[in-house]
Amino acid sequence: MNVLDWTKDGDGIAYQTCGNCKAIWYFQRSFCPECGTSTPTTLQASGRGTVHARTLVTRAPTEELRAHAPYLIVLIDAEEGFRLMAHGDADLQIGDRVLARFTQLAGHKIPYFDKA
Amino acid sequence: MGLARLLFTTFTVFTLTGLPVSYITGVGLMPYGKHPGKNTLDLMGEAATMALADAQLERGDIDGLVCGYSTTMPHLMLSTVFAEHFGLKPEYAHAIQLGGATGFAMAMLAHHLVESGVAKNILVVAGENRLTGQSRDSAIQTLAQVGHPVYEVPLGATIPAYYGLLASRYMLEYGTTETDFAELAVLMRRHASMHPGAQFKEPITVDAVLGSKPIASPLKLLDCCPVSDGGAAFVVSRARTNDFNVKIRGTGQAHPYQHLSAAPSLTQSGAAPAMAKALAAAGVKASDADYAAIYDSFTITLTILLEELGLAPRGGAGKLAHEGHFSHDGKLPLNTHGGLLSYGHCGVGGAMAHLVETHRQLTQRAENRQAKNASLALLHGDGGVLSSHVSLVVESAT
Repeated sequence: MNVLDWTKDGDGIAYQTCGNCKAIWYFQRSFCPECGTSTPTTLQASGRGTVHARTLVTRAPTEELRAHAPYLIVLIDAEEGFRLMAHGDADLQIGDRVLARFTQLAGHKIPYFDKA
Repeated sequence: MGLARLLFTTFTVFTLTGLPVSYITGVGLMPYGKHPGKNTLDLMGEAATMALADAQLERGDIDGLVCGYSTTMPHLMLSTVFAEHFGLKPEYAHAIQLGGATGFAMAMLAHHLVESGVAKNILVVAGENRLTGQSRDSAIQTLAQVGHPVYEVPLGATIPAYYGLLASRYMLEYGTTETDFAELAVLMRRHASMHPGAQFKEPITVDAVLGSKPIASPLKLLDCCPVSDGGAAFVVSRARTNDFNVKIRGTGQAHPYQHLSAAPSLTQSGAAPAMAKALAAAGVKASDADYAAIYDSFTITLTILLEELGLAPRGGAGKLAHEGHFSHDGKLPLNTHGGLLSYGHCGVGGAMAHLVETHRQLTQRAENRQAKNASLALLHGDGGVLSSHVSLVVESAT
């Protein structure tokens, strides 16, 4: 299966699991960071999750990003059991159930969450 | 190691209690703020000169050198560049990098090097023209790189954003309010107003903090430390060199993660386990301490660290600050120089200023800021996004 991954310009969120120790993680690698097994499985996440933390960024780091400010950065607990950082609707609150879509930010594809 | 050296080391380093110690024999701290025209080496050199004079040592007495990094002068070999420039010929030298935790990590390293007989007098030094040596955007972008280059930085995340995320979760779990955060900023400014070297000395109110420019919610401008030029240095020695020494009694580290997205918990960092190691090595309890020097890059940083280290109840740091508990004449004086929030933050030197102030307090040289009973101090620094932790326990040896 071709897994879509926003970090590779695809409209999806990918994550990995270990068949040996059942660990679940987000940052892709060629091995399991828990047990070292060299055959992790890369899977497609549903895009559904819950807001774990939020911050509205007013002071952007670059001229290009200042055009988008203020923007909401969120940490999302994905329903598959990993956590990711993304953008989200400014009204989102911690605990909100959310669903991902994909948008462009300063030349990069990024995940963006709306209330589900 | 020969038998004679082993015996010498054992004899000189172990105290009567049998616990290994080292001495911080001298300290140097520049005023923080703007030092236009001075580069990293200039600032390191000025701080080093002060520390040597304080320790009553000459360049030739220094046989070990440990330094940090400088974002305005990236170099593969900063320690030996500085050694040549300043006129040192150390038998042991290198730089280390651990973000905001570098200063205390260097103290920990110097302690163990001295304790194990590698060197007799180690100069620990840092300096950086972080404010005038680059644009503010450049400083913000460089610092944001502690975030993940693929999964976090492209989102336009900044250091205040990472800490803003931490703060949002912490407020939900422990009921901390923005006013609680503001109390800590007010306290740091009040302390800075009593130190001639502080970058910001004008007193501020809770309302001023709450009304300051939004940066990354819930953090506002006055919840954030400034960017500064400055330099700091200290000497860690195997034996006393003068009449005002501080013993390093215990050290500890913990590094549970690097990136916030991979943090197992946003409200339980590695601070407590790092400090537990330092306290165990020193054979004391946190409640024995009568001075605290705690990393305060943001008001949320100081809040979480104070509360996780058990120096304030969960959700209670702001209230204690308001009541004067952490004031220079309070029960547990905290960052009496004004901390990163108001003394300033020049990178590696930022937390070293906490150690310099601790040394001055424990040697009764803190002038108008002098705490009444400062003799045993806890120091804690963090690097990254509350991800790298270093704790120190130090005691007056005068």
